[in-house]
Formats: sequence, structure tokens, C-alpha cells
Amino acid sequence: MAETEIKNYNLNFGPQHPAAHGVLRLVLEMDGEIIERADPHIGLLHRGTEKLIEYKNYLQAVPYFDRLDYVAPQNQEHAFANGVEKLLEIEVPPRGQYLRVLFAEIGRILNHNFNICAFAMDVGAMTPMLWGFEERERLMEFCERASGARLHMNYFRPGGVARDVPAGLLDDIGEWARGYTRWIDDCETLLTENRIFKQRTVDIGCITPEQAMDWGFTGPNLRAAGVAWDLRKAQPYDAYAEMEFDIPVGTYGDCYDRYLVRMHEMRQSLRILEQCIEQMPGGSCRVNDRKISPPPRAEMKGSMEALILHFKLFTEGYHVPAGETYAAVEAPKGEFAVYLVSDGTNKPYRCKIRAPGFAHLQAIEFLSKGHMLADVVANLGSLDIVFGEIDR
Amino acid sequence: MNPALQDLGEYVTDTFPNEIVERQLRLDELTVTVRRDDILEVLKILRDDANCQFKQLVDVCGVDYPERETRFVVVYNLLSLTHNLRIRIKVWTDEDTPVPSACGLFSSANWWEREVWDLYGIYFSGHPDLRRILTDYGFEGHPLRKDFPLTGYVEMRYDDEQKRVVYEPVKLTQEFRTFDFLSPWEGVQTMLPGDEKADNQVKKKFLDG
Repeated sequence: MAETEIKNYNLNFGPQHPAAHGVLRLVLEMDGEIIERADPHIGLLHRGTEKLIEYKNYLQAVPYFDRLDYVAPQNQEHAFANGVEKLLEIEVPPRGQYLRVLFAEIGRILNHNFNICAFAMDVGAMTPMLWGFEERERLMEFCERASGARLHMNYFRPGGVARDVPAGLLDDIGEWARGYTRWIDDCETLLTENRIFKQRTVDIGCITPEQAMDWGFTGPNLRAAGVAWDLRKAQPYDAYAEMEFDIPVGTYGDCYDRYLVRMHEMRQSLRILEQCIEQMPGGSCRVNDRKISPPPRAEMKGSMEALILHFKLFTEGYHVPAGETYAAVEAPKGEFAVYLVSDGTNKPYRCKIRAPGFAHLQAIEFLSKGHMLADVVANLGSLDIVFGEIDR
Repeated sequence: MNPALQDLGEYVTDTFPNEIVERQLRLDELTVTVRRDDILEVLKILRDDANCQFKQLVDVCGVDYPERETRFVVVYNLLSLTHNLRIRIKVWTDEDTPVPSACGLFSSANWWEREVWDLYGIYFSGHPDLRRILTDYGFEGHPLRKDFPLTGYVEMRYDDEQKRVVYEPVKLTQEFRTFDFLSPWEGVQTMLPGDEKADNQVKKKFLDG
């Protein structure tokens, strides 16, 4: 029999593929079904957010952050609001801080819920997706009641939150949180000991703590590798210093560990939610500085000064003192940060957005090399990739 | 003020007496400006030194100051998990001078540097694969430079006759509007119209009374 030369095979994965989690074009070089090289082509969703923000004043920049990681929008706003407050050297009143923590944790559950369901679907389990979306919808209703928008909340503003929560919302969130533990238990019966799920995820895409740090991993992906690092504990912002919660860590850093860490983080988020609701302080939910937060409607009807301040705030905005800061928060996907350079005007001079997914996706070649084609999908799902934040 | 950061700042200055151009501690954040050619040396020691342990390069980005002669600054944000500290390293460069690539030290630098190259056109020497990353295939220019217009130069549409995507120069139905919110009382940098006529000597005499 004549010897035949076997050539490596190039495969285009995406950009229109449901398991690509958006618009990822992954060029795979394969030897049979084994991945030799994976070259992600990103930027298909690039909207020039950073450039646009340079032309908008600080308040107008907030909605752009919702549209980065659109699965958990409020956590992005949190980083920007923290950065601007740092430059302005103001502190948010306690109620504002607690409301932010409350909604940041809702964002975390929104994200992990969606990621676990989508990941399960990527590796062949349909049911969690159907169950998960029902709960997601409930959470988004809470967001709607607080801010008026289901998804893109635009709720965390520099200086506090946009408005106080309506009466009864906190009780409803508390009631939902008590019931949600049941949902996590149910979901775990479907996945955690599921033979097919474990075959697809255990020992797939392993990463050691050293490698994870070298690749810039943060958040659940770093914790799954066994590093107990959480910005909410290590560098607490807002009211996180008063919260009691644990940091779940994995052992092997494989896809299964990343799933387990997210599952446990949801339980910890529920603990934080309960503490927030229990300890929710009264008072104002944003700073009382009229140059930064708008006056109440009622005041504007009678006071000329309030009207002028309102007009100035929503046209010119506020001037932020010159300086620069790197404000990071523990977003559900990892360390989401804003590197903000101000030149003393009402618009940011430079607003670099540090997206956790950017660093995670970069490691896809490292994680997938030597694995089968189907494992690329498992890796992508477990890394929690959302293209809004990667492409910016 | 974080005392650990203060100590780190002093330690870093002692370790690199020649490499460091400037050290700044503001808003509880440490910023160190390093000479361009020494950046790899500094990053390596910061990563491996027992007192630093900056094992994570969390971000690399560029900033453009077109009025300066060396107009770009490359900013490296490092994080030390062991000491729970952050440090910011800055390197100045211009359009033509390359910055040594940190890919050999941190794997995560690869894409961050590609992004800086794409958006600012800062060249990194020794980078294994310096391609564009965020912009379109065949894109021209570096969009985050301050002299690049917000609207860009070309717009794209699907042409039904040619059955393909075509690129055309941008047409704006309305002129792009910018509002100048800088009042003369808050430190205008540019000269106001009419001011150029005023003789500085006369002005000085007037101010002195």
C-alpha cells in the first residue's frame, strides 16, 4: 500500500456558531481530531467603546458599561463608578453602598446562572437552560423594578445609585433568595454527578495556579485552579468589608472545577444578599453634593438654584480633577477594571477597560492543545466568554 | 495612605536607582516611570523578587498625548497576590521607537500588546505575533490616537448589485458637534481669539499696576 501523506486540517469555528458564545472566529489547525493550534480572531463585535467614552462626559459614559458584559451589566458600572469616585475623592453613603453590593451580587447570580446553563447546553444538557432562564427572568424583574430596565440597568452612578429602591422590593428579593437555594440543589442533581457531564468536563483544560497567573486569569477561573483570591475580600470596596462569605476554590483547575466554583459562588452570593437586606441602612442612597448628584424633582419645582444645578449636571456634567486611577472590582467573570485618566475636564481623557474575558480567551490555545475538537467547546463554555467585554 | 505601598515605592527606587525616571504615590496608587530600554529588566525583577512578587500582569494599555514629543505612554498594571499590592509601570515612546515586548515574561502580555499596537500603533520589538486584534481585517490607521476622528474614515455597507460588502468614505448628514465646556475661569490652555494682540509687556505692566 502506498504511503499517503496526512496533512493538517484547518477548521473555521464560528463566527456563526451557537457554541462560540457570540461572535468568535476560531481558526483551528487539527491533526485528525486533535487540536494542534487554535487562533481566535476576535474584534467582530468591536464598537469602539473606549473611543466613544473619550467624547462623552462622565455620566454619559455609564450606559456603555452595561453593554460590555451584557450578561451581568451592573458589575461593570460598579468599576467605573468606583474609579470616578476615587478621582473625585467622595464617598458613597452607606445605603448606596449596600444597594450596590446587593445588585452586584444579583449580577453575579445572573451571570453564573446563565453561564452554568449555557455551559451545560454546550456539552449536551438541555434542561438547565430551560430552568435557568425562568430564574433569570425573575432577577431581571427585580432589576426592572429598581431601575426601569431589565438588562441594561444604568443604576450605579458615580456618587451612589440612580434612585432608591421601591417599597417592598427588598422583601421580594429576600423571599426569592430563600427559594433559589432549592433551584441550585435541583440543578446540581442534574449536573454535578451526571456521568455524561463529568466525562465531558473532568480533566479537560487543566491549568495550574502558576500557569493561571501567568496567563492573567482572575475570578472563578483562577479560584478553580486553587488560588483563594477574591477582590471582595482582598481589596474590599463599598460594603463588602462588612459582608461574611467564603471563597470557594478548586483543586485541578479543569472545566469541572470551574463549574463547581461557580455553583458554590452562587450560594455565597445568596448569603451576601441576605446580609444586605437584613442590615440595609437608611438614609440617602447617593452623595449629597449637588454638583455630582441631581436634586430631587420636587425641589426643582420650587427652587431656581436646584433647576440650574440640574441643567448644568445633565448638560455639562462635572469636572473631575486631573489624575489617574485603576479601579478594579470582582466582576462575575473576574477582575474587571477601569484605568481612568482625567485631565480636569468633564470628559475622561482615557478610559481603558480591562476585561477579564480578554485574558481568559487568550489562553484557549494553551488549554485546548492536544485535546479533541469537542473539548474546545467545553473549554470555551467553562471560561465564561462574553464578546461584549472582550471586543469592547 | 497604605504604608506597605510607601515601603514598596522606596524599595523599588533602591533596587533600580538608574532605571527609574519618576516615582509617584497618589490616591493610594503607586506609579513608576521607567526608561524604555530597561522595562524588561524591571518587570522581571518585580515578578521574581521576594519583596515584590508581582506575578500577574493584569493589563497593558496605551495613552496618547499628541502635544508631547514622545507622545505615547505604555502603562503596565501589575498585581501581587502574595502582598496584595498593585503597581503601575509607565514607559514613554514615540511613533517610531519600539518598546521591548513583555511576552517572554508574562504570557498574558501577548494580546494586550497586540491591542496596543492595533489601537495606537506602538511597535513592540520581539513580539512573536504582532497582528491587529480588535479592528476589521484590512483596517488602516490606529483608532485610539487622539488625531483619529471619532467617526473614522470609512463606512461599510452591503451592496446588492455587487453582492458583496463595500467600503465608502464616511458621509455625515450632520456636522459632528463638540461642545466646549471649558470656561475661561477654569484654566484654558489655548489662546482666546484677540489675546494674541495683547503685548505681554503691556499686560505685565497692567497686572503690576
